[in-house]
Amino acid sequence: MPNLRFTEKALSEWMRGTANDSDIVISSRVRIARNLQHLPFPLLATRQQSEEVLSRLAPVPEKQNMKSIGTFYAIKLDDIEPLDKKVLVEKHLISPSLASESQNGAVLISEDESVSIMINEEDHLRIQCLYPGFQVREAWEKATSIDDLFEAEVDYAFDDKRGYLTSCPTNVGTGLRASVMMHLPALVMTQQINRILSAVSQVGLTVRGIYGEGSEAIGNLFQISNQITLGQTENEIIDNLHSVVLQIIEHEKNARTRLMNDSRLRITDRIKRSYGILSFAEVLDSKEAGQRLSDVRLGIDLGIVQGPSIPVMNELNVMTQPGFLQKKYGHDMNSEERDIYRARLIRETLAKA
Amino acid sequence: MLCQECGKRPATLHFTKIVNGEKNEFHICETCAREKGEMLPGTSGGFSIHSLLSGLLDFETAGKGAASSVKAPQSQRCEECGMTYSQFSKIGRFGCSSCYKYFGDRLDPLFKRVHGNTVHVGKVPKRSGGRIQLKRRIDDLKLELQQRIQQEEFEEAAQLRDQIRNLEKEMAGQ
Ligand SMILES: [Zn+2]
Ligand SMILES: [Zn+2]
Repeated sequence: MPNLRFTEKALSEWMRGTANDSDIVISSRVRIARNLQHLPFPLLATRQQSEEVLSRLAPVPEKQNMKSIGTFYAIKLDDIEPLDKKVLVEKHLISPSLASESQNGAVLISEDESVSIMINEEDHLRIQCLYPGFQVREAWEKATSIDDLFEAEVDYAFDDKRGYLTSCPTNVGTGLRASVMMHLPALVMTQQINRILSAVSQVGLTVRGIYGEGSEAIGNLFQISNQITLGQTENEIIDNLHSVVLQIIEHEKNARTRLMNDSRLRITDRIKRSYGILSFAEVLDSKEAGQRLSDVRLGIDLGIVQGPSIPVMNELNVMTQPGFLQKKYGHDMNSEERDIYRARLIRETLAKA
Repeated sequence: MLCQECGKRPATLHFTKIVNGEKNEFHICETCAREKGEMLPGTSGGFSIHSLLSGLLDFETAGKGAASSVKAPQSQRCEECGMTYSQFSKIGRFGCSSCYKYFGDRLDPLFKRVHGNTVHVGKVPKRSGGRIQLKRRIDDLKLELQQRIQQEEFEEAAQLRDQIRNLEKEMAGQ
């Protein structure tokens, strides 16, 4: 019987915590890619071979007594409904490709949902740790300790020269992808964002907007991650990301201060309007919801909006996604229906907050 | 997987283009590929399959010249999983960990382009990576030895030399 606890609540337990700079950095994530020796990568694996990968990796938390890290629940992707897969993707517990195209794909999720271990994704093993706020170092520490536990049980594909061998050449070496999700409304409003993002991409980091149903970046959310995995140590990679993110935080804070000094009335008006719309609207598409939620989040940070907390805003970001809406209300919806239910969910949540 | 263009036929053409380390994936059927005049969906300007492939193959030809196939009897095919180098160039994915061995130094220009580096310096597996850990420790000690000698701290230097010798013996025994 598959475990469905993870698709019922929008807010992972780990997301309730507060941490440093959690007003600007929403979450920190580290992912490590590993493969087993002597078995082809999932791309070429037969059903039998991917089954073997699963049977070698899935029991490791039990064998290695990973209790100190948490109780792990195993979910085989073949055993769950498409909608539940969608919710797991929206909560960033699994990747879209594990959900849609894996063979014998599975995920081991820790009780608080801060650790998810994907099996038979693009690589045999992907260890992911998600932390609230700016804790990319802490996420790395956790991920590397889990990596050690797996390495005690299985033989990794490793080469003295190239490091950990991965299916895609962009992951080889450390297999490490570290990323932070940042909320940067003031840099967007003051039109400094493009300048800053292009500077970021010149120091070996990648920036991605967070996309909703359409193709436009919504909610002023940006994901910054390392691009280089080979020829730098893990600490160098983490430090580089860390120092660049610190600088972006500084820029965002300065832009917020300047906005409040130069156009306090306009900003306050915009934030309160958005709060009003979210509190009373009957129809909200994902793009508008994303923008308004971003305004209110900024309002909370600036002390303009009282009532809803940052964890409530995190919860709404997940709850207003298409998969979660349909899961919550228990039926399929077309996009107009989703807009109605999205508005209702936001209204009701804010009324309680 | 279904074709991302028509959503009806199975996708038989799979491409990954790597631009600045960012992966872009395309899955389309042959009919759509032909109908679209080889234009692939998903990019702002669109580009042809031909330029896509040559873009991927660039990391092989870049700076080498066309006659490079004459020298270096590097393997065209991974003996373990059967993937050929040209298949790898098209898919942008290795088939198994032995592909790295069989394609060998031929991969250097690719890694140079994606990562700016060709050699791993990070974490090493505790059990199977004993040798490389030993080697790194020896390298560190040799560096320290140089410094001690420069500072004329000969007693410490002698100790370091013994330590290095022991470790080298240990490594030879492995
Ligand atoms: Zn098609
Ligand atoms: Zn191979």
